[in-house]
Amino acid sequence: MSNVPHIVSSILDGLVATAEAALGGIALTVVLSLIAGLALLSPRWPVRAIARVYVEIFRGTSEVVQLFWLFFVLPVLVGFQLVPLFAGILVLGLNHGAYGAEIVRGAVRSVPKEQYEGAVALNLSPVQRMVRVILPQAFVEMLPPFNNLFIQLLKSTALLSFISAGEIAERGELLVPVFGADIGWIYGTELVLYLLLAILITTGMRALERAAARRLGRRPSARADRVLAGGTG
Amino acid sequence: MNWDWQAAADSIPLLLKGLLVTVELTVLGSLVGYVLGLVLALLRRSGIPVLSQAVWLFIEFVRSTPLLIQVFVLYYLVPPTTGFKMSAFVTGVVALGVHYSTYAAEVYRAGIEAVPKGQWEAAVALNLPRSRVWTAVVLPQAIPRVLPALGNYTISMFKETPLLLAIGVLDVLNRAKEVGAETFRVVEPYTLAGVLFLLVSLPASLLVRRLERRRA
Repeated sequence: MSNVPHIVSSILDGLVATAEAALGGIALTVVLSLIAGLALLSPRWPVRAIARVYVEIFRGTSEVVQLFWLFFVLPVLVGFQLVPLFAGILVLGLNHGAYGAEIVRGAVRSVPKEQYEGAVALNLSPVQRMVRVILPQAFVEMLPPFNNLFIQLLKSTALLSFISAGEIAERGELLVPVFGADIGWIYGTELVLYLLLAILITTGMRALERAAARRLGRRPSARADRVLAGGTG
Repeated sequence: MNWDWQAAADSIPLLLKGLLVTVELTVLGSLVGYVLGLVLALLRRSGIPVLSQAVWLFIEFVRSTPLLIQVFVLYYLVPPTTGFKMSAFVTGVVALGVHYSTYAAEVYRAGIEAVPKGQWEAAVALNLPRSRVWTAVVLPQAIPRVLPALGNYTISMFKETPLLLAIGVLDVLNRAKEVGAETFRVVEPYTLAGVLFLLVSLPASLLVRRLERRRA
């Protein structure tokens, strides 16, 4: 029992790296999702093709393999090594961005056709049409699946322990050989931290959902039927 | 670029051996996940006080925490406390199965809720016993509807298995690591491991998409 404060504080030291990995990964995911998602809907086929190749490669291979590739193979090919945390953020963003692209594509396509026609009739430019009419409506649809995606991303940050990024899971693994008797405390602390972070993300996303729905003059919609539609893990 | 075709060819037999393990893990993990998921979904719906809430809590907890930590808990924490030791492979199957059962439970729940109310009313009107309502009316309609979603989760599981190398399961990626350690060449085995994942998961997701379209 006397080791418990030390164990908890050692694992808490990893919280910063986990938070950085998660926030950095989320930021990159959002950017890549929007770019690739809109590219998937482009009228020009080369743009669609490039986006499709990106999405299929990153959704079709394993995240751990991507991490190993970027961290162990890329240095051999290009001659320099990425900082572990940076490599981790890159993989988290690239991987989840590919899933996010499909979310963005689906949400944009779910906006009723009449909205496009109305925007065309009002003589809005394609950019105005997208930014002022389509995206604000698609945005509301994107938030619940993005919430799930961000939770997935948070859970994936534990994989960064494979490349020693100094986050929660790695701190825990460093403690295991020394405090083997208190192993329950080590994993218990880690699990509670991840759970709290996940609750934090969900709370934030729910608030965003309500704000976005209010802006459109809607009530937040029921979320019952969404599970069947978006089965990504 | 320094790609050596000979080294690539040499690493293939071991990688395929690893792929077989990955596929076995995925198939067995899916079986555990789908069966346990249905049990969780039914318990959650049962309305039995305490149990119902406990199942909900369990689902939320497992869904919100990393699979890797759950694997560690099953492999390092459960044996000393319970005296029940599992091999790395079995631990992997159980961890994948339990983790994905919580996703599957949500999928089943949505599928059960999508069965029209009239079906329940008709079953009551026909005076069917409760077990028959489930086995003959509700589940036969709910399960085909959820198959594509479950298929997608199997594909996700397939791509998550490499993290089991943390407990020494000899999957594709661990074999690639092994080849890398023996030959000091990492480019070929890791790249080929990625290619193997693509070769399996792309056709699999096309298959699921076709299934989706047929049910729609």
